[in-house]
Amino acid sequence: MSSLDGELTGDLAGDGLPPPHAHGRASFWREARWPARMAAVVTCALALIAILSPWVTPHDPNAVDLAIRLQPADAVYWLGTDHLGRDILSRLMAGAAVSLGSVAVAMALILTAGIIIGGTAGFLGGRVDQAIMRVADVFLTFPTIVMALFMVGALGVGLTNVIIAIAVTHWAWYARMVRGIVLSLRRRDFIAASRLAGASPAQTFVRHLLPATMAQLLVLATLDIGHIMLHVSGLSFLGLGVTAPTAEWGVMIADAREYVWTEPLLMFWPGLALFISVMALNTLGDALRDRLDPSLRAEHGH
Amino acid sequence: MTSSQSPRRLVIRNLGVETTRHGVAVTLVDDVSLDVRAGETLALVGASGCGKSLTCAASLDAAPPGVRRTTGSIAIDGVEQAPADIRGRLVATILQNPRSAFNPVRTMRQHAMEGPAARGAPAASREQRVRAAMADAGLEDVDRILDLHPFEMSGGMLQRMMIALALASGAPFLFADEPTTDLDLIVQRDILNLLLRLTRRQGLGVLLVTHDMGVVAALADRVAVMDAGRIIETARVMDIFNRPTHPVTRNLLDAHLSLYPGRSAA
Amino acid sequence: MSALARRNQGVESRRRTDWTMARFILRRLLLLPVMLLAASVVIFLMLRLGPSDPALDYLRLSRVPPTPQALDEARRALGLDLPLIAQYADWLWKALRLDFGQSYVTSRPVLPDLLHYLPATLQLAGAALVITLAVSVPLGVWAARYRDGLPDQIVRLIAAVGVSMPNFWLGFLLALLFSVHLGWLPAMGRDGWSSLIMPAAAISFMTLSINARLLRASMLEAAGQRHVAWARLRGLSPRTVERSHVLRNALLPVITATGMYVGELIGGALVIESIFGWPGVGRYAVSAIFNRDYPVIQCFTLLMVAIFVICNLIVDIIYAWADPRVRLAAEGAS
Repeated sequence: MSSLDGELTGDLAGDGLPPPHAHGRASFWREARWPARMAAVVTCALALIAILSPWVTPHDPNAVDLAIRLQPADAVYWLGTDHLGRDILSRLMAGAAVSLGSVAVAMALILTAGIIIGGTAGFLGGRVDQAIMRVADVFLTFPTIVMALFMVGALGVGLTNVIIAIAVTHWAWYARMVRGIVLSLRRRDFIAASRLAGASPAQTFVRHLLPATMAQLLVLATLDIGHIMLHVSGLSFLGLGVTAPTAEWGVMIADAREYVWTEPLLMFWPGLALFISVMALNTLGDALRDRLDPSLRAEHGH
Repeated sequence: MTSSQSPRRLVIRNLGVETTRHGVAVTLVDDVSLDVRAGETLALVGASGCGKSLTCAASLDAAPPGVRRTTGSIAIDGVEQAPADIRGRLVATILQNPRSAFNPVRTMRQHAMEGPAARGAPAASREQRVRAAMADAGLEDVDRILDLHPFEMSGGMLQRMMIALALASGAPFLFADEPTTDLDLIVQRDILNLLLRLTRRQGLGVLLVTHDMGVVAALADRVAVMDAGRIIETARVMDIFNRPTHPVTRNLLDAHLSLYPGRSAA
Repeated sequence: MSALARRNQGVESRRRTDWTMARFILRRLLLLPVMLLAASVVIFLMLRLGPSDPALDYLRLSRVPPTPQALDEARRALGLDLPLIAQYADWLWKALRLDFGQSYVTSRPVLPDLLHYLPATLQLAGAALVITLAVSVPLGVWAARYRDGLPDQIVRLIAAVGVSMPNFWLGFLLALLFSVHLGWLPAMGRDGWSSLIMPAAAISFMTLSINARLLRASMLEAAGQRHVAWARLRGLSPRTVERSHVLRNALLPVITATGMYVGELIGGALVIESIFGWPGVGRYAVSAIFNRDYPVIQCFTLLMVAIFVICNLIVDIIYAWADPRVRLAAEGAS
């Protein structure tokens, strides 16, 4: 409203959220609301289970015993057994390792590719930037699941190829973000000073530009991990990712299909595990975003 | 609305506006009272950020999100009114920077017709009335303009359109919030002349918000000076220019006179 | 200016706009073959340069023992002994006559089979798009209207669940509830609209969650614009302001996002089809991917590209129609 804009923007702009990094990291917990706290607890528990699963599963997740197939839950098999007599709880725990592990690898690949490609585009600028961003645009607009299906078709079935396919279909989001930040900082004095002091472009990038991108990359990655988890298990559900005997949540749901009408719990538990994990990661991502990067509010859906 | 007994007086009483900053309530407008009479222009002046535009908006309960009116009432001819009932009916508003005051995806016709529709004006006469008002506001080629979108028009044209919509509403009072800011000088002069002519002819009661003492000199009958959310001085325009009592008023005048050394003070 | 002349001028400007749109659409349509050609090159190269040998896959799928002699024969039969460019030219020449080769598994022509299954998939994705928009728009408006109130919290919860729910699991849950326990809807097959509800709902949950959040944010942003304040000051009712000045403008980003949803929904349909025995292209495509049935993968991917590009063209046209700034900028450019 007219000069009211002027009157208020100056006053209200400082409102809202505290500036990024205004407080120490430890206060994330103190300031977070209960959904974010629960999400943090669930995420930590998942990571712990995933890491410890080779040692702490109550039974061997792959031990077949047809004599005890499709047992209901009891004191020995807390969630019952599946159609081959394997302990469902143990398989869920082992599945956490596969799910989180593959997502972690995929995310590492995506971040590496995003930083290198986006950094190159932003740092070099000009034609290189143009060319890279044109390619990135294609990856940004095309539906990820269809692209991932094609990549698996080209590379072949299997978890490794699924991870590669997911990395190939997701790097562009990160590259674009890194490029944007690098472009906005490239002309600043401290970059020029660093170059004058004799640092190579790569050194300058790692020392001065990379840290600036970290907060936003972390937020985007946390928001994306759940989405990628759904991708991996979706492809495994279709039989294109993790293959049968390995315990993975998508595979477990696919295994349970024949029994879905008679033993619906077989399908229920792995789906619930997947749902809770993804929800926890998304909630954590939202909380991190609100805290580290309020400007990243625009929904990032793909 | 244009009954034989047109309202004579609009009074804003004890207006208070605050916002919340870092969990603490901050007062933006503090106990402001204003008295606008038909046929007279009251200028509300002050440095930018002093709360004068907010006074205008909040008195009609149209303050931006995050800002709330805490006290105050608005009365017409002594009868207190709900702000929502008089917006666009008894009080028309024109704003500065018309480019962003019009909805970019709607045409002038759509803008022009929704006001009468909201007031329940008979459908047959709506367009007639808008056309007449546009002609009064100095817009030629009405048909073409009604089909245009805001981004196809110049700032001056948009400001005229805004004035035309205010006229078409038939409201006896007009809140003009920095109506000439952001326009180039020649257009400013034309718009000022237009406002002067129309408000005099229609006998409108005008509340003119501005920080430009030149505009005050051209249009105002009385002046209220605002500083940090309070009214600090109210006087006739001649007295303000000749005998400013408050240092803030003197500063405003000095700033104005140093900008236009050639111009006389009234 | 006479009244007639004035009226003519109005007609003139409208006709001018129609022409602009026609030219805009035509230009985009001409771009379509170019994009398909580029996509076909990429798809072709990716499949040929992939880690496995098509001839070997061909023999495996035809159940022929892969002796060196058989491999040579297969290479020659499939044209794999030619240089890459010649292979592509050959493929393109046939593709221009709509011959996309034969499936290694069934030995049937690829395109007719794909086109046989495709309509069911598109129907499912289309239904899911309708559900997405029909549910998310009211939710988004509701949440924005009562910002930070209970409705906003409810919509936030729904959206948080929606973006975290695996669609294939949701499909099973819906089938358990509505087919097994309540017996309201058929669990399997494609038989009338009642069989469409559950798979479409399972697919659309995620996109409708994303869209409700997007629309909410977009509405709140639009509500802070100056033209909304002025609309209120002109005495428009809260509903008119919300509809004509907030929602009208807030829907523009939703139109753009819809282009993205189409791709996601088709992808979701490919996954969900197998759960509900929906006779779409999904199972055919997935088994082709599993078997590395190259001609099918190639044709399927190209079809998906074509559908996606066409859908985005439609979205762009709708956007240009909805946002005069874009429409008239296109006019300035042409």
